[in-house]
Formats: sequence, C-alpha cells, structure tokens
Amino acid sequence: MGCFGSLTKGDAPILTLEKLTFGQGDFSLSADLTLSHGQVTAIIGPSGAGKSTLLHGIAGFVPQIAGRLLWQGVEITQFTPEQRPVSMLFQDNNLFPHLTVLQNVALALTPKLRPSSDVVERVEDVLSQVSLSGLSKRKPAELSGGQQSRVALARALLQDRPIMLMDEPFSALGPALKREMLRLSISLAAQRTLVMVTHDPTDAVEIAHEVIGVANGSASRPMETPKFMANPPEPFGDYFGNSITSQ
Amino acid sequence: MAQRAVSIIAALVVAGAVIVPVAAVLWRGGGVTTLSAADWAALRFTVWQAFWSAAISVGLAVPVARALSRRGFWGRSVLISVMGAPFILPVIVVILGLLAVFGGNGIVNLILGQFGLPKMDIYGAHGVILAHVFFNLPLAVRLILQGWLSIPSERFRVAASLGAPLFWLLEWPMLKRIVPGAFAVIFVICLGSFAVALTLGGGPRATTVELAIYQAFKFDFDLAKAASLAVVQLVLGGVAGLAALALARGDMLGSGFDRVVQRWDGSPLLDGLWIALAATFLLLPLAAIVLAGIPGLFDLPPSIWPATVRSILIALAAVFLTIALALPLATRSGEAASLLGISVSGLVLGTGLFLLLQPIVQPQHVALPVTLLVNVLMSLPFVLRILRPGIEGAKADFGRLGQSIGLKGWALWRIVYLPRLGRPMGFAAGLTAALAMGDLGVITLFSRPGEGTLPLVMYQLMGAYQMEAADGAALLLLSLSLGLFWIFDKGGRAHSDP
Repeated sequence: MGCFGSLTKGDAPILTLEKLTFGQGDFSLSADLTLSHGQVTAIIGPSGAGKSTLLHGIAGFVPQIAGRLLWQGVEITQFTPEQRPVSMLFQDNNLFPHLTVLQNVALALTPKLRPSSDVVERVEDVLSQVSLSGLSKRKPAELSGGQQSRVALARALLQDRPIMLMDEPFSALGPALKREMLRLSISLAAQRTLVMVTHDPTDAVEIAHEVIGVANGSASRPMETPKFMANPPEPFGDYFGNSITSQ
Repeated sequence: MAQRAVSIIAALVVAGAVIVPVAAVLWRGGGVTTLSAADWAALRFTVWQAFWSAAISVGLAVPVARALSRRGFWGRSVLISVMGAPFILPVIVVILGLLAVFGGNGIVNLILGQFGLPKMDIYGAHGVILAHVFFNLPLAVRLILQGWLSIPSERFRVAASLGAPLFWLLEWPMLKRIVPGAFAVIFVICLGSFAVALTLGGGPRATTVELAIYQAFKFDFDLAKAASLAVVQLVLGGVAGLAALALARGDMLGSGFDRVVQRWDGSPLLDGLWIALAATFLLLPLAAIVLAGIPGLFDLPPSIWPATVRSILIALAAVFLTIALALPLATRSGEAASLLGISVSGLVLGTGLFLLLQPIVQPQHVALPVTLLVNVLMSLPFVLRILRPGIEGAKADFGRLGQSIGLKGWALWRIVYLPRLGRPMGFAAGLTAALAMGDLGVITLFSRPGEGTLPLVMYQLMGAYQMEAADGAALLLLSLSLGLFWIFDKGGRAHSDP
C-alpha cells in the first residue's frame, strides 16, 4: 500500500529481532538477528523446530513474549498483522474458495467484493505478470495447484509490502513446479526482502543469499548460504547428513 | 476488540434473559415450601414417565440401529433422514397422528376389534410414554447408529477372521460408551414434557410438573403455587441436565450415515423385521395426518389464517434473532451461556416472565413477544451446536489470511466467514423456524382469545372436538413447519461452495 516509506538499498538492516522470544502454549522460539534489505533468506531446520513459528511471529500471529521487533529502526512489536510491513504466503488455505480469482487478489487493495475499475485494472495487470490473464472470473477450485499458487503470489505482490514471508506455500506442488514458482517469486519480488521456510536444503542452495538455521527452540544469525552449507553449525550437520556435501 | 465486546454483550443478554425470570420464580416461589400431595404425585409421575420413555426408546433403538448399521437397502438413507424429522415436527401434530393410529377409533383398535379383543386407551400414562417413544426413538437410533458406524470396519474384518464374538469384543464396549448418554438426553427431554402431557395426560395419575404449572396458572390462577412448582422443575431439570451433559457424547444432529458396515453375522430377516417395525411405527402416524388432513383443509375456520400469519412471523423473527445472537456467541463460553436456556423449561421461563411483566403490563398483551423470546432461548443451544464447528473451522482456515490482508470486524465476517457457513446456517435457520412454528408451550399461559398461534388454535379445535378442522390445521401446520425447514436448508445449500 506504499505506506512504508522509501527504502534504502544494499545491506541496510530492514528487520531486527532484538533478543526476541515468540511463544505459544509451552513452545517458544528465541532469535537475535538482523535481516538485510533486498536479500532472499531461507529458514531451514528439522520439522517441529519452529521455522513456521519464526515466520508467523514476524507476521504478528504468534505472541511475542520478550525482546523488540524493529523495522528500519522503528519498533513494531505492538503492530497488528495488517499494520506490519509484511505480506505472507501460508502453507495452505491461501485463497478463499468462495471468491473468484479477481476478488481474492483485489482484497489486497480493498475490502470491496465489487472492486472499482482501476482496482480491476491493477489486478489484471498483476495476474498477467504471473501468466494468469483471462482466468480472473474463475474460482480456486477450477484452477490447478500451480495456478492457485500464482494467484496467491499475485495477491502478495499487489499488497506491495517491503517484506514477503513464504511458509512453504508451494510444498504441495511437484519438485519442478515448486522450483519454478520459487524462481518466479524471486524475480517478481524484485526489490523486496524475501524470507522463506524450506525443509529442502537444495532450495536454499539454489536461490537463497542467506540461511537461518532453526533448531532446539532458537534461530541462528543469518549466514551466507555457501558458508552455511560448507560448514553447518552444530545441530545442522546431523540434520543434513550428507545430502548437501555430496552434490 | 469491538468483536469481543459484541460477544460479551450477547452472552450477557442471553444469560440475563434466562436468569432474571428464574430469579423472579425463585423470589416468588422459593418461600413456599409446602408441596401438596398432588404436587408430589406430579413430581413422581414426571420422573417415572421420563425413566420409562428413555428406557423403552433406547431399548428399542439398539436392535434397530444395529440392523441399520449392517444392512444396505433401497431407501435406507431416506429412512435415516426421516428419523431426524420428529425433532422438527410440531408436537401437537404428532399427537393427532398418534390418535389416528392408537386412538379410540384408530387403526390399532380397529384391528383389535376384528379379533374381539378389548380396546386400548391412548389417554393416560402409557399414552404419554408412547408419544415420548415416538419422538425419541429416532433420536436414540441416530445416536446409537453413530456409535456403530464409529467402529472401524477393519475391526469387524479382523474379528470375523478370528471367529471372535463380535458383541462382546466390539459392540458391548461401544454401547457402554454411548447408551448412558443417549438415555440421559432423552430422560431430560421427557422431564420437560408439556404438550404431550397436556393432550394425552392429565388427571391425578398422568400429570407432569410442567402440566401442573400450567394448571396452577390456568385453572387456579395461583401464581405462588405455579412459582413453587417452577422451582421444583428448575431443580429437576438442572440436576438431570448437568448429568446428561456429563454423559452425552456424539452430536445429536450429526450426519455421515451413508456408510454400511460389512459384516458376516446376524439374520437379514430379523434385521429387516426391526427396520420395518420402526419404520411403520414412525411413518404410519405421519401418513395418517396427511390422509385425514386433506378433507379438513376445506373446513378450516377463518380464525386459522391470522393465526397462521402470526406463527410464520414468529418463526421468521426467531430465525433472525437466534442467528444474530448465535454468531457472536459461537465460542466455548458462549455455548455454555446458551445451555442455561436448555436446562430451564419453557413454562418456568414463561412463569418468570409473567411474574416480571405482571406489574408493568397486562401479560396477555405481550404473548407473542414472550413466545418469540422463549423460542429463541430454546433454539439457541442447538443452533450453536450446529454453527460452532463451522465458524471455528473458518477461523482456523482463513482467520490469519484474512488478518494478513487487513480484513477485520464486519468485513471479515461478511467476506470470509459468513460465505463459508451457508450449509450450517441454512440448517440452523430451518431448525429454528420449524421449532418456533410448531411450539405449543408458553403461548398457552399468555394467550388471549383470538390472538393464538397456529398450534394453539389447532389445540383449541381439538378441545372443541372439531376434529375434521383440527386434522386440516394439523396438515397445514405440518406442511408449514417442514416447508420452512426445507426452504432455509435448501437456501443454505445453494449458497455454499464446496
């Protein structure tokens, strides 16, 4: 919505998690790290370690029980999910099944189910960017899995938030299609900062600049992907086995 | 946070609407502790008939449910659907149907007469129990059938291959789990029986506490006595209601009965006999209403039409109010607040409201609003039971997505939640409409001549022995109740996406 000010480029910190703990029930995850502007960061770790908790915490869905969350130096700990500078792609249920593609995407701009013509124009425009021109009247059930992912991506792009969070939204797709969707996301996300959960280290190697490892209730500082993979920090060596080094 | 405020207000409104009349009853009746011999008799009869109604319903339901669980036949799903119907049938209509089958000139007595056997008399204690079994046998069958279908078919296969005794291995543990709850639910329903006791019971040997409240009102106009009887009913219903809540499992209105368990035991003939008996017992009275009602339709007194309009308006208003209250109350604590309404009977609430309103207005002037209010409070627990899973599912699936794109408050409900709820909303609205349409309860306390609802006018026709007109009114009422249910349910289905 363009309300998050101008961005500085390069390695400027965009999001800082300052001695932060997210908690839900008796599970908690702590992190003390900084994300740089324009980078693609992969969060990896064993299942149940808290990858999604980290992402959902940043998005404002998991209660924050300690520390501060800063966006370009401004504390946003108290912000509600829609006030935060993030858009999110969930693991599933990214689309409302009872709404058309047009309505689903238009919700990024307006809560009206009959959007005005300039909104429709912008929606059609972003749909053509994800190669879905002409499908705006369909409902999600009439689309393939890959097409549904593109609709969700289109809406996240139209939301135009500086940070895009992806909680394995393409995990239900086949490996080739998943890789294609990740590449498309990165190319369309352009200047945005991308944080994605993955449990496939090869995804990280292919597309991420940096990697955050999550294990035992804590998240590591981001490391450059080649460094992380060449010499994984303690718990991750076991987790990866030889899946990376053998490639 | 505005949503939370709305939820709290709705919960307070519902709790207040139940608690304030109950407080009025306690205040007025609590001091009067001397119950007459007749009151004690009513209390004893209430518990006695509820016990036997529940025992017979559950006892017959076990073989019928077992037969249905293992036999697939043409019309099976229709029959199981029809078993959901007694819940929404107007009580007074069913009574007329039962009279046509079991009454003085009914089919059963015609057959008995052919063989020179003495006639049976439906009026009295056994008539009350018979009617209760008619209403609750289907409920018991559905609850127990759910239990049977919840046993994985693999276990039947393993047991069959081992030659193990199916009953002790699989069925007995399931029955031990399901039957006490089914018994308790039916026991509680029968404790609060009013319309059945009003029409088939009466006299010193077949008067329920609810009926005694009505008589204290209508015949003696003894408000203190009505209030002290209401206290008795309150304690009775409250204690039994809590017990039922603790015991009851499964959902009474559940679906998913399509599966037939494949088994290799039992006699198809015997199973067929049980199913045929149950179907005859349930369908014959309904068929009798339709057959007897058609000539009566041309013989309806003019007073029927304004009463019909009043009933339809009450039904529609009840739907609107109940759904409006249910949406913000669809949480665990909200459902608990609404359960207050089910543990308190309609006549207790009516008595309390009468006591409250009496100093302010002539209670008869507000007969219809009071009927509406009581119907809303009585339907609310069922409606919440139906809507809550859908609302919680929609919140779990789409709540975060809605928030992440900035939808909140009413927009979130309008765009995300309500469209997901078409089916359960339609079903809940249909249920509420049918219950309100057919309700013959609190209106009997308040009504003035010429201002009754359709069930009340029908009851008055019966009382005046205008049976042909009563039969016609019964068919009209039956059609309207089922029609309203069908329209709402169908509308909900049409507006829901897969």
